[in-house]
Amino acid sequence: MVSLLIILICSLFIPGIIVKTKALFSGRKGPGVFQPWLDIIRLLKKGSVYSSVSSYVFQLGATTYLASVIVAALVVPFDQYPSVISFPGDFVMFAYLLALGRFLIIISALDVSSGFEGMGANREAFYSLLAEPAFFILMGSLAMFTGYTSFHDIYSHLHYADRYAVIIAIISGYVLANFTLVENSRLPVDDPLTHLELTMVHEVMVLDHSGFDLGLIKIANNLKLVLLNTLSINCFIPQDWPVALQVITFLLLQTVFAAGVGYVESFRARNKMAMNPQFILSISAISLILIFVIIILNNKI
Amino acid sequence: MTAVSAVIRNQGVIPLTRIPVVSYPEFIRVVDELMTGGLHCVNYFAWAEGDMLKFIICLANDSDGTIHLLMHKSPKRTGLQLDALSLQHYQLHIFEREISENFGVDFTGHPWPKPVRYAWNRADQSKLINNYPFYKIDSDELHEVGVGPIHAGVIEPGHFRFLCNGETVLHLEIQLGWQHRGVESLFLTKPGLLQRTILSESIASDTSVGHSLAFVSLLESLAGINPGETLEMERTLALELERIAMHLGDLSNVNIGMAYQLASAVFGTLRTPVINYTQTWCGNRFGKGLNRVGGSHYPFNDELAAKLLDLMNKVEETAKPMADRLFGLPSFLMRSESIGRVTEAQTRLIGAVGMAARNAGVARDIRVTHPFASYRNHPIESQTLTQGDVWARMMLRNLELNDSVYYVRDLTRTWMDTHEPVSVPAEEKKLQLAADSFAVSLVEGWRGEVCHCAVTGSNGAIVHYKVKDPSLHNWMALALSLRNLEISDFPINNKSYNLSYCGFDL
Repeated sequence: MVSLLIILICSLFIPGIIVKTKALFSGRKGPGVFQPWLDIIRLLKKGSVYSSVSSYVFQLGATTYLASVIVAALVVPFDQYPSVISFPGDFVMFAYLLALGRFLIIISALDVSSGFEGMGANREAFYSLLAEPAFFILMGSLAMFTGYTSFHDIYSHLHYADRYAVIIAIISGYVLANFTLVENSRLPVDDPLTHLELTMVHEVMVLDHSGFDLGLIKIANNLKLVLLNTLSINCFIPQDWPVALQVITFLLLQTVFAAGVGYVESFRARNKMAMNPQFILSISAISLILIFVIIILNNKI
Repeated sequence: MTAVSAVIRNQGVIPLTRIPVVSYPEFIRVVDELMTGGLHCVNYFAWAEGDMLKFIICLANDSDGTIHLLMHKSPKRTGLQLDALSLQHYQLHIFEREISENFGVDFTGHPWPKPVRYAWNRADQSKLINNYPFYKIDSDELHEVGVGPIHAGVIEPGHFRFLCNGETVLHLEIQLGWQHRGVESLFLTKPGLLQRTILSESIASDTSVGHSLAFVSLLESLAGINPGETLEMERTLALELERIAMHLGDLSNVNIGMAYQLASAVFGTLRTPVINYTQTWCGNRFGKGLNRVGGSHYPFNDELAAKLLDLMNKVEETAKPMADRLFGLPSFLMRSESIGRVTEAQTRLIGAVGMAARNAGVARDIRVTHPFASYRNHPIESQTLTQGDVWARMMLRNLELNDSVYYVRDLTRTWMDTHEPVSVPAEEKKLQLAADSFAVSLVEGWRGEVCHCAVTGSNGAIVHYKVKDPSLHNWMALALSLRNLEISDFPINNKSYNLSYCGFDL
């Protein structure tokens, strides 16, 4: 339970911190860190408008997306403290729950038959297809390294298994952090702030969602960002620390990550769209390095 | 052989009787000969006089600063057929389309005979924007993406239709004409001098100084008023300030498109003091109210001059380090280099002007080739790049920004040393325009050459007024830049050109 609680708490301010950091770097005051949630509350108070050419598929999208992210949150542990649900192979369920949510959003985007949303859906499907190997190669390597196949067991044994665990934690933390950027449509792959439909990836798919539905999608986005952050941060928190210190470190690292995203987004331009596959594949390539390191460590060759 | 075309200089006036009127075959021959010799068309239009349709073409010679004029006449009747000159000189396509739309002239063999702007007084009222003949390719593999007419950033209306193969654009067709202000006919129906001056400022508000300068110079040349060196310097300062402000704004805007926040913030916030300066000077951030025929209500003064020098220092200090950083940033270079290339041959073919020409190796700058106002006595350097991509358009803005800052500084100092009192604007009732004459006025606005032409009647009243914004030529450059490019690169290409919708629609 502690993991779910801390994830929910983080999702309250992490999106706001990214926005605030970007504002400060560009010399503006920026909105408060809770503004994204105030916006969501405003959206939730509104009704949704459905295009007359869309069907029930469109209306399923937002709800299923949020539901899938919430269920996925149940399997994510906080350091050695167990997640709400834990069973061998739960990371596979985690990945495909997120994929399910994405699938529903993609078909709801296709359902409104708009040229823009079709393009966005195409891009999103393509990029997540490329990003999936990175996640599975990484989790597979960690499973092989620790000998366990659930998030909780993997994270509880990661730090004690071997003195090489530090290197492994750093590589996996890095891969997961980049995976988070891709999955959450941040720079350099996507630009969540752009108003230009033709360059959007994720944002263009939800152009037709409005009011309550849009609010649900934004909640899901915020949760997803923190969830994936948690996966990489878990690699860095020592388990022999007192729980208070662990919580503080966790919150601090979440904030640092959010500020880091804000920093990166302030001081570089986004990728040319055609460069994105290369960028995403490079994440998989790094996770491949990890699997070879672990094979060698385990004397498999 | 006697002179085949009349020759005047920029902001010159010529009696209509001195412009040779030739038969259409002869017209084609002379125009073909002149344009093959490297002249480019700055305006070609028709107007109705009685039951006759009069056509006049203005071709600018960039090497000696002259403008060649030639006319032909046809009886005005429906279904009038003329051979299309666009076949030999594609840059005339837009002018022939305009004449065809306004007067129902059928240019046989025209490669792209489509409506231009759906003016209210067009010849064929059955042509509607809803049945615009889009270019189509029948294929199951290709798809069309339509953008607009309502713009995502809610700027101005324009419809863009992409024929795509996956993410790659095969063809972009730009359909404009959604705004119907009727600027050219308003110039005739609103006879007041102030009305007309304000109208000229509103043709395209981002070029208000450029367009109003073209208008007041035109009227001054028709009325035989010499504005005097001091007034010309002040007008030139205003024009360069407009260029600086717009270049800063565009540098910021393209960076927003690339999601490079730092540069967009720095250039964006730097634009504000520049336009605020213009407001301090004349009460309007876009310089409206500054250009008036024969004088100025807002004479420049020493206090303003000192402020302007400070402002130029500030612009230079802030913009230079930011530009250095920007043009050395790998992610920016990846995003801008070789994106949206238009070759020099294409640029010459479509007759692009101003920045859209200079970024692709065509040195076309009215300030240098047909100098007006202070550029006559105080020449400015013009930059030309050859790459023709987004990078070149950004770099060109950066270079022109620097040049303008230096130029404004020098000109301000010259003003401080030499200025004389500036008279108040001329009174309308005392203004007597040359009768039965034709006048042309070219001004290099920040986008490129702004061209205003007027024809006067026997009592000196303007019987026809013609406005040409550089965007009229340059929209085609944007369409060409998208060929075989990813559709996601369209927004930065569009921003890197930043063409005028209302300058085209009029």
